[in-house]
Amino acid sequence: MLARSCVRQASSVGAVARQSLNRPATRAFTNSSGTAEASSVWRNAMTGGAATVLAVGSIAWYYHMFGHSVHAMTPAEEGLHPTKYPWEHVKFYKTYDAAALRRGFQVYREVCASCHSLSRIPYRTLVGTLMTVDEAKALAEENEYDTEPNDQGDIEQRPGKLSDYLPSPYKNDEAARAANNGALPPDLSLIVKARHGGCDYIFSLLTGYPEEPPAGANVQEGLNFNPYFPGTGIAMARVLYDGLVEYEDETPATTSQMAKDIVEFLNWAAEPEADERKKMGWKVLAATGVLFALSVWVKRYKWTPIKTRKLFYNPPAIAQKDIATRLSELKANTRQ
Amino acid sequence: MSGATSAIYNSIFRSNATMLGAVFVSAFGIQMAFDTGSSKVWDTVNRGRQWKDIKQKYITKPEEDEEE
Ligand code: HEC
Repeated sequence: MLARSCVRQASSVGAVARQSLNRPATRAFTNSSGTAEASSVWRNAMTGGAATVLAVGSIAWYYHMFGHSVHAMTPAEEGLHPTKYPWEHVKFYKTYDAAALRRGFQVYREVCASCHSLSRIPYRTLVGTLMTVDEAKALAEENEYDTEPNDQGDIEQRPGKLSDYLPSPYKNDEAARAANNGALPPDLSLIVKARHGGCDYIFSLLTGYPEEPPAGANVQEGLNFNPYFPGTGIAMARVLYDGLVEYEDETPATTSQMAKDIVEFLNWAAEPEADERKKMGWKVLAATGVLFALSVWVKRYKWTPIKTRKLFYNPPAIAQKDIATRLSELKANTRQ
Repeated sequence: MSGATSAIYNSIFRSNATMLGAVFVSAFGIQMAFDTGSSKVWDTVNRGRQWKDIKQKYITKPEEDEEE
């Protein structure tokens, strides 16, 4: 039996195809003599082996040529990947921490606001998020805004209102560049969304300035070394130092505490809807969970009769004899 | 039909208008209950984090330093 099936495999594919085309009822087990049999087994094994080697080899070659990811930039130009920090406010079931937002806004006002605008945030959004109405109104009134043109067409100054947006430190981008050695301090409203690594990146950037650039690092005049900034030369110097601000809630204002608070605040600035979105998400999951359970129940209810019914087959009363005759005919044909 | 079932049938499902009314009223009620319930859970999970949890410190004495 074993020998026979070997022979069958060994006979060339073409021959089998042709034979089965010509005489469908006959299988091709014509025996060849011993040596021919051995050599064709050998040839078959060789062909299989060669095909395998070819396939594996070409995949390896292809991977070698095209499989590796290509980096247009050197690691220094990419910047160091930021550490992943376990942000509490990023968890699916956590809101922002209002106290942290409040501290972060204080850091923004006392430190970052002299260079960075936060132009998409109106005072009104601060109300009920991190300060009271009265505080926000007082804050708005500290700044002056243009009025609508009066009867003479003159524009006057008025104190700010809740509906005004936070003022920018510079009149325009050109003024900002001129004041910062040609580098534009980007608007921080959406910065968490606008940088790879988001919170982790900005935290790493703010806390990542080494005392000295490492030996051999090439830092241009007017730039500061920061390994996390793509290119490692950043126009913003280190701004956060221990004790720079004094928190009203007496949280110790270490560099990392301030960095954490400002990052959480900037995350809120970029995604003020996050709290509501997360809550809504859980509600959607709960409601669809109930609906899904209901639909499973309805499905089972509808299918119960179909799944529990029993089918009987009553064969028609012919045919024992017919079947026997046809079977023997078939056998005779195959033996031919 | 048992007593309760037939009572429900007679009072709600028998007339289309009552049935429709029942649907609207219970949708309203269930929505209120669901929203209140989920807000309660959410606020418990996030106790102390939201503005409403800390605003007391700032409303009464805005200039006061408070410990956290
Ligand atoms: C003295 C002015 C100044 C202050 C203060 C300052 N920055 Fe900057 N910042 C800059 C400048 C200039 C740049 C542009 C750097 C560049 O493109 O090389 C910048 C860039 C940035 C960037 C973007 C980095 C990137 O990936 O492009 C972030 C984020 C940032 N600053 C955050 C802050 C935060 C947060 C604070 C407050 C804690 C702050 N900055 C305070 C001047 C300042």
